[in-house]
Order: sequence, then C-alpha cells, then structure tokens
Amino acid sequence: MKKLNRRAFLKGGLASGVAVAAVGSAKKANAAGDFGGYPDSMGVLVDMTKCVGCRTCEAACNKEQGLPAPAKPFTDMSVYEEQRHGGLPRRTTEKEYTIVNRYEVEGREQPLFRKFQCNHCQEPGCLTSCFVNAYTKTPEGAVIYDATVCVGCRTCMISCPFYVPTYSYSSPTNPVIKKCIMCYDTRLKFGRPPACVEACPQQVMTFGKRTDLIGLAHKNIQDRPDRYVDHVYGEHEVGGTSWMYLTAVDAPFEKIGFDTHLGKQPIIYYVKEFLAIVPMVLLIWPALFTGFHLLATRKDAQKNEESES
Amino acid sequence: MGMKKRRLLGLTLIAVMVSSWILPGSALAEVFELDSMKNLYEGVSFDHDMHIEVTGDDCAVCHHHTAGTAPAEPLCVTCHANSPEKDDPRCSSCHVKDVFAAENMRKVWDTPRLYHRGKPSLKAAYHQGCLGCHEQNDAPVGCTDCHAMTEAGEKFYHTGTCAPEPKSADQGGGHH
Repeated sequence: MKKLNRRAFLKGGLASGVAVAAVGSAKKANAAGDFGGYPDSMGVLVDMTKCVGCRTCEAACNKEQGLPAPAKPFTDMSVYEEQRHGGLPRRTTEKEYTIVNRYEVEGREQPLFRKFQCNHCQEPGCLTSCFVNAYTKTPEGAVIYDATVCVGCRTCMISCPFYVPTYSYSSPTNPVIKKCIMCYDTRLKFGRPPACVEACPQQVMTFGKRTDLIGLAHKNIQDRPDRYVDHVYGEHEVGGTSWMYLTAVDAPFEKIGFDTHLGKQPIIYYVKEFLAIVPMVLLIWPALFTGFHLLATRKDAQKNEESES
Repeated sequence: MGMKKRRLLGLTLIAVMVSSWILPGSALAEVFELDSMKNLYEGVSFDHDMHIEVTGDDCAVCHHHTAGTAPAEPLCVTCHANSPEKDDPRCSSCHVKDVFAAENMRKVWDTPRLYHRGKPSLKAAYHQGCLGCHEQNDAPVGCTDCHAMTEAGEKFYHTGTCAPEPKSADQGGGHH
C-alpha cells in the first residue's frame, strides 16, 4: 500500500474540495436560473400595428417622471428624421425614458412606429451585473434602481441586451444611471398602469398580469393571422420580459430594430459558469498557496529553529 | 289664443321627444360632444348625421353588431351574425373610460372564457374607430384637426405657448 504522505494528502484533499465546490455552485446557479419571474407580476403588451406615432406617451413619461423640458415640443414630428451617430435611430436618454421611432418598411404602405423603453426583464442582466445591488426586480414586475448607491461603473449599460440604461453624463458631480422604472413609485405599486400606457389615445399598450397578456397576445395572433407576425417578442427572449410586443406581418421584428438573435436564456446564463469559479478561487487559492509557501519554507524554518537552539 | 299656442308647443315637444325615442337613424341624429381627452383637448363636435350619410346608412361600420345591422368583419360574424340591436348603442355603453382600473381588470380577467378581453377604452375606441376610416377617406387625421388643444395640453406637450426655446435645443446625454 502506498504511503500517504503529506503532499499526497494535500493533493487529494484539494481535488475533492474543488469537485464539491464546483457541484455546489453549479446547483445554486441553476436554481437561480429557474426563477422565471414572479408569478403574479404585471406586464404590458404593445400592439405596434396600432401606434400612430403621436408621441403622447413620451409627453406623459416626461410629466410623470418630472424630466427636464424637451428640446423640441412633443408635437414636433421632425424628431423622426433625427439620426444618432452612425445613422442609428433615436434612443432613450437621461431626459427621455421612452421614445417612439418610425420605420419605413419596404413593401408596407404605412410607416410602423415602435415605442422603446426598458423591457423589465424577468431576470434582468442589469440587476445581475450590478455589484452594488442597486437594481431590484419588484414582485409587481418593474426593474427599479437605487441611484443613491450607484457608483457609476456602467456595467448595467453593457449587460443590457436592449441597450436601455442611460447615464447622466450631463451631471459632472453626481452622474448616475437613468432608465424607465415602469412608473413604479407613483403608479405600479398602487396597481395603476404606467403613465404612457394610460395616456395613449390608441391603446397601443394593454396593461395586465403578464401571464394573462401572453394569452391575449396569442389569441390576437390566432384571430388575425393576416395582421400579426406569429411571435410574441418578449415572451421568451432573454428569459422573458414584462413588456411584450406584437408586430404587423409586413413589418417583421428584425426590420424594425428588434434583436431577434438574443436567445431564450437569461443574461446570467452566459456568465454563471464563470461566476461559479469565483468563490472557488477566492476560498481555495489562499489556502493552497499558503500551504505551498509553508512547505517550501519548512526546511528553512527548521534550520532556523535548530541554529537558534 | 295664448293657451292654444302653448298647447300646440307642448304637443310638438312631446311629438319630437317620442319620435326621437322610437325612430332610428335621422331622428337620433345630432351633434355629440366627445370629450374623452378633455384634460388635454377640447371636446370633439361629432356630427352623427353627417357620418350616417358618409357610411351609407351602414351603422355596423362604427357600431359593430350593436345597431341591428350585421358586422362586415368575418371574425365578428361567427358570433354576431344575428345579434339584436342593443337598447343603448352608444360607444360608452360597452367601452369603459378606465379599462385598467382594478375593478374593470378583475371583471375582464376573472370572467371565465370571456372573448373580448382586449376591448379598448372609450378614448381608444374613438381613436381606433375614427382614424382608420379617416386615413382611408382623406378625412382629417392630425390631433388638432379634430380637437383643439387646451392650455393644459400645451403644457403637457411642451408646445404652443409652452414650447421650448429653440436655443436650448441641446440633445443632452444621447451617448452610449
């Protein structure tokens, strides 16, 4: 029988320790991934076939959230001609938590208007990436944030698959993240729909329990297959979002600026395997290398002791 | 003499009231004030008579199946081919003002197998109903073509007297 020396014992212990840590972490990460959202959370179904591009939702958001006065009136439709750097359409800013963009789609007579704001993911990338825990997914469905703890690292801006969070670059002393909070403070937590939803003259948006809205969306598609693309954007994308979309058959999602290659996995899935290694490294490496150090310097220490005695 | 005149006037009044009660179409016709957005816009003076003419007496164009005429939409016909005329065919008798009020949401989602769950609010019923037709028939489609904006509306939309100074037109924080 092989003699179990100190080194072999250490090696064996290390290997089994790694195995236990790996299995444990993987299980935990999986459990977190299975969350799938709060059961009774609310959502909004956006029927883009009904939007006429009047920008009333933008005005309502501005008023409700107490945002600064816009550069142009909300009745000014020239904003639809505006382009950002690189020919990209308008996006949300620190002063506009929601915007509407116009898309001219080939083969479609009317332009299609797309409302854009935070989609309030079931398992938000911003939330999982924030190391100061500024973000919260509330049981009502909103993804809110505590700007007072934000350190301005902007990791959430990178982790958001929809490029929603914006940064108040205009504030030199206290720049923070800014985004739509689904009117949580003033409306959602009292059971009321967001201001944009209520203000819309066309009722482009339907407010309700997310599970109910998914049913309604599929019923609408079934009733009018000539009108709608057979896909509810946000039902499964990145693990599901509270805001979901229906579009017209002649204006498919990929042609009106939606990313149709996001997959069904929540953003955390892309990093959870890596994240499982982090505690392992933090716990085991110090012990391991301290052990190596002690072993390597053992003879010197013994010599010192002998010479001293 | 005065007595006779007064009696005649009374009788005429009663006749008008009764006829407007029983006669459909033209006798019902009047100008309605639609004010579902009255905080931001003045009410719309809706000429019912003119719209009866424009739609060629086909009430179903706007009233779906509630005015005793069969709806044109094949999907609606599956259930409403022979639906009777409703006692109250006004839009507001089906389309409520606040569809997302808790009470209405409960009614809509807790009624088993209810079909019309996405029924628009009164304001949305007007806009969805009017705009489609107006676009097709070159009728007015601009917001202020139908209803003038109130002072509160100008404040809300930051327009008119409340428009921003052209100088302060900075884009602010649009970087990513």
